[in-house]
Amino acid sequence: MNLSRRQILVLLPAAAVAWKAVLAGTPEGSPNYTMSDHWWGMLIDIPKCIGCSNCVRACQAENDVPDGNFRTWVERYHVSDENMTNPEVISPDGGKEGFPEATEDAGKYFYVPKLCNHCVDSPCTQVCPVGATFVAPDGVVLVDQSYCLGCAYCVQACPYGCRYIHPEKKVADKCTLCYHRITKGLTTACCESCPTGARQLVDLKNPNDPIHEFLKTHSVQVLKPQMATGAKVFYNELDGAVR
Amino acid sequence: MKFLKDAGHLFCFAGLFVLAFLIFLGIRGFVVPKSFGQYGHYRGNAIRDIAAHPIHFAGHQACEDCHTGVVDTKKNGKHAQVNCEACHGPLAKHAEDPGSVTPPKLDTAVLCIRCHAQTAAKPKNFPQISSDHSSGAPCETCHQPHSPAIDAGGAK
Repeated sequence: MNLSRRQILVLLPAAAVAWKAVLAGTPEGSPNYTMSDHWWGMLIDIPKCIGCSNCVRACQAENDVPDGNFRTWVERYHVSDENMTNPEVISPDGGKEGFPEATEDAGKYFYVPKLCNHCVDSPCTQVCPVGATFVAPDGVVLVDQSYCLGCAYCVQACPYGCRYIHPEKKVADKCTLCYHRITKGLTTACCESCPTGARQLVDLKNPNDPIHEFLKTHSVQVLKPQMATGAKVFYNELDGAVR
Repeated sequence: MKFLKDAGHLFCFAGLFVLAFLIFLGIRGFVVPKSFGQYGHYRGNAIRDIAAHPIHFAGHQACEDCHTGVVDTKKNGKHAQVNCEACHGPLAKHAEDPGSVTPPKLDTAVLCIRCHAQTAAKPKNFPQISSDHSSGAPCETCHQPHSPAIDAGGAK
């Protein structure tokens, strides 16, 4: 390509304008939200969960979750009176269409809703080779889908099985704790649609959040504490059978 | 100065390296987004992109701003703590434009059973009904869904 001095002089200002547009970036999504003022988590009150799976359906509607994949799902545990050390765990289609008939026996049943634990030291973000998944300054683990390669290292690294590869986008997808809602002052879709209040969004940096009193007065546990992931989904009265 | 004269080809090589490094920096400056590294080893604007997704559930506050009559019916009933969209479904579009987007009519035969079907797997103190509870009559024949207890004056 042969450019004359005149042509170069014409092209330079155009290049400068284009460079400015590259540097400008995208505008702010939610102007009244300060990330450093929040530290998000969730409280799940197991005795209140009735296994209606409203949360699973609401999550799918809110976040366009593809069929067969789940950002949240509900498991039904059955510790039978015959085999107490080996509970039966079922979650047919994430519990979305309900659960099969339960048999009356001397054992016990309970439901465990699961979702991304939004870990402080999350294994999934540590293995990402391209910086596509990260813990945001407000404690929410997010995926930058325009950066993700779809290598699925994070899917393997998550000890809770909370990630999947989106079948059409071919990138990692997971619970965002309804980030587009909580930054606007709303609660998550699952909490909004939970009829019994078994799921509650909590802000650990908000001194007026009832979570602080709840943690002091109840028997609260996180999943797989031995993995030291710093999980922020707190389960009230979690049975030892839950894995 | 014989040493410098002999090392001329090395300077030439070093110059090439410096040039290559500058070209690398130039390309890097162009392809790495400006917000990368703003908060950590990721694109800071990804947070804002995710926050900008549209909502589908309007949130109970949006419902209660208009439907004050239902709030009054609900407040002393058993369903006081149940948010509107738990049963009515995601209605952000209706909340934005109540005139043209009408919420779908609900089928109580499907909805009520989701929570209240009798099963041994539910907490014992949760109100549950067996399949022959109403002999086939729709739930709203006896129960007003916004305040369902019959003895509390909720019956139609």
